Amino acid sequence: MKIDHSLPLEYSTEENRLKVLGFWIFLGAEIALFSTLFAVYFTLANRYGNGPSAKEIFELKPVLIETFLLLTSSFTIGLGIHAMRLGLKKAMMTFFMITLVLGLGFLGVEITEFVTYVHEGATMQTSAFLSSLFTLLGTHGAHVTFGLLWGTAILLQVRKHGFTPETANKSFIFSLYWHFLDVVWIFIFSFVYLKGLM
Amino acid sequence: MKWDEFFVTGEPMIYASMVAIAVVSLAIPIGLTYFKKWGYLWNEWLTTVDHKRIGVMYILSALLMLFRGGVDALLMRAQTARPENGLLDAQHYNEIFTTHGVVMILFMAMPFVIGLMNVVIPLQIGARDVAFPRLNAISFWLFFAGAMLFNISFVIGGSPDAGWTAYFPLASPEFSPTVGNNYYSLALQISGIGTLMTGINFIVTILKMRAPGMKLMKMPMFTWSVLITNVIIVFAFPVLTVALALMMFDRQFGTQFFAMQNGGMDMLWANLFWIWGHPEVYIVILPAFGIYSEIISTFARKNLYGYKSMVISMVAISMLSFVVWAHHFYTMGHGVMVNSVFSITTMAIAVPTGVKIFNWLLTLRKGKIEFTTPMLYSLAFIPIFTIGGVTGVMLAMASADYQYHNTMFLVAHFHYVLIPGTVFAVIAGFYYWFPKVFGFRLNERLGKLSFWVIVVSFNVTFFPLFILGLNGMTRRMYTYSASTGFGPLNLISAIGAVGLAIGFIILVYNIYWSVRYSPRDTTGDPWNARTLEWSTHSPVPVYNFAKVPTVDSLDAFWFSKKNKTPLAEGAYEPIHMPSNSGMPFIMGIAFFFAGFFLVFSWWLPAIIAGLVILGTMAFRTFERDHGYHISVEEIERTEEALRGERK
Repeated sequence: MKIDHSLPLEYSTEENRLKVLGFWIFLGAEIALFSTLFAVYFTLANRYGNGPSAKEIFELKPVLIETFLLLTSSFTIGLGIHAMRLGLKKAMMTFFMITLVLGLGFLGVEITEFVTYVHEGATMQTSAFLSSLFTLLGTHGAHVTFGLLWGTAILLQVRKHGFTPETANKSFIFSLYWHFLDVVWIFIFSFVYLKGLM
Repeated sequence: MKWDEFFVTGEPMIYASMVAIAVVSLAIPIGLTYFKKWGYLWNEWLTTVDHKRIGVMYILSALLMLFRGGVDALLMRAQTARPENGLLDAQHYNEIFTTHGVVMILFMAMPFVIGLMNVVIPLQIGARDVAFPRLNAISFWLFFAGAMLFNISFVIGGSPDAGWTAYFPLASPEFSPTVGNNYYSLALQISGIGTLMTGINFIVTILKMRAPGMKLMKMPMFTWSVLITNVIIVFAFPVLTVALALMMFDRQFGTQFFAMQNGGMDMLWANLFWIWGHPEVYIVILPAFGIYSEIISTFARKNLYGYKSMVISMVAISMLSFVVWAHHFYTMGHGVMVNSVFSITTMAIAVPTGVKIFNWLLTLRKGKIEFTTPMLYSLAFIPIFTIGGVTGVMLAMASADYQYHNTMFLVAHFHYVLIPGTVFAVIAGFYYWFPKVFGFRLNERLGKLSFWVIVVSFNVTFFPLFILGLNGMTRRMYTYSASTGFGPLNLISAIGAVGLAIGFIILVYNIYWSVRYSPRDTTGDPWNARTLEWSTHSPVPVYNFAKVPTVDSLDAFWFSKKNKTPLAEGAYEPIHMPSNSGMPFIMGIAFFFAGFFLVFSWWLPAIIAGLVILGTMAFRTFERDHGYHISVEEIERTEEALRGERK
């Protein structure tokens, strides 16, 4: 394995460069996936049948908390990658752990929100609007959940092996994934919640 | 659930299939044990990450599925061969045309194309493997798991019966109460994930792993077509992923996406399906165009005419493919404006396609044409595909389409584009690249015989359907009365179908005959071809190229032969290779069972299978595997043996 020391560790081998490009293309596919979910949501957003409408169930407070948690986590993972470039293992691990805790917090609020909806009689089966809402939010939430597992696995490897071309590459790719989830959330916040509250 | 609900009962043909499946599933392990081949199977095939072997497995599965889909086709043609025929009842006929469509498109055409990509692309760009060999194996096993899951549906639980398009509300639990459409959503989902991974893998491979000097505009045309195809895959397949997930939610969790009440919208399914479905058509046709470009240029002994316009046409087709989807349902209630827009975009596709047809014709002009079997298929493709294309433009005219929408005219049209387009191409590619993989050519006499039988029978089978469609016979009718007058033409079509079956049997016999008797090729370049894959030995050593070739022009191998300049210089260096892994295979099995349990809504076993899938992923992330190196001595030994200098 040839290591090119003029590049950051996550780009230092041929294999690593391929993986970063591959992951960007995967994110392209993810954009197509979420675009489809958004299209489905926009199509069905006003078709709530006998169920509640968006205005009746959305509440700003939990959503703002979720937004705050997730946006902050995107910032902290950026700091984590910066620490990795500087070779600061402890700082990197701390920032990654903060990121994951914030992610967990986001997930907790989202699950509480879902439970509230269901208690108000707004379930996935009630109307097409709610089916599409739960699917869009649920897909994003499932991505966050998977990210928590993945991030933990990477942290364990960094703890054991330190910064190697492999662990650096994995951490960097994970950060791309995490930022992407944040971008999707910004769209959800603006076009699902804010629009729904108007 | 009782056993008679679990297994499909009451049909002698189904019982016969059950017996056949039981016999085969017993025969395989017994045979493997008797011939002591378990180790060989595991080490050389099930755990392989070698793109050539994965390609061979794709193609073998595709041939198997061609047989399955072909039997469906024969049953349909037999049922409609005469009026009021009682061979199949309506339900059984519905299931058969549904599985015929799904199997032929998703489990025959796609894997055949992807198999050829796997075999050829790394060789054609001078690479040692694809970018992510392990992911490639996962792609294959997910496709295979999906295909097997779909195929067991006809004995366990019942096949999907709402057409390969699975339109709602027909595919809803209300009108399609068996688990058939659960199989549809899950089997396609699993193999679709595999296809998406293939897409990513090949884009990175082609963008990043080309031989030094091979600029984008110096890539062989097949490589170009595959690059564009994979871009379409990456953007089209997520739409299918979503559509299938919503279908599963509607059918199994009671959501209201495509429901008839509570705000649901059945047309949403049709739109989502075709936003994926139309690009899908180009996913199977563009690589076919690439294959024809290679073959026509090789056997006309000329470089491809209009290289740049070929590339531009394909890019144009790939973009247009995403903006024509509504032409599949002009009659289903959108207004004049929408119909007009989609009419125009659809007809626009004829322009780049026409450019390509003329480029092939001009490549042939003044060429020293050699009529080999792959070339015969390519030459037959041009006129027959053009008939398919012209009838496509007829269908594209929205107002005229009201006359023949969903008639046999449409059926004839898409068979006229898909069979000469994709099926002839993959057969041609199969004949063309077969010696590269196995080291000997398929017999030309048998090849030409099966070609003529297939081409003639194809027209006998499908041309009558144009007339039947214009006479008003709708598709998917399981029977008709004698007074309609549809009988004679349907009978001719059925005779043609038998001819097609005979043609394919000759093809399979040809493989058997050639394995035993065909003379072995020692040159590595039996067709006197132009691209890099022919510059290495046949069969190809595991590392593909002992030295990485350097390229300075299109058709570099052709010029290196002509000018007698070597493609690669310097000494051998140790070659880094990925190690085999059983993980993709285990993942495939886990996906198969997860899918199977979900079909029957057995949640607990499904969750356990899902945890196994997560487990394989965790295993992968904690695994330390840096592959292995092939030493210089070993390369020298292999190369000498392949040159025949050492026994």
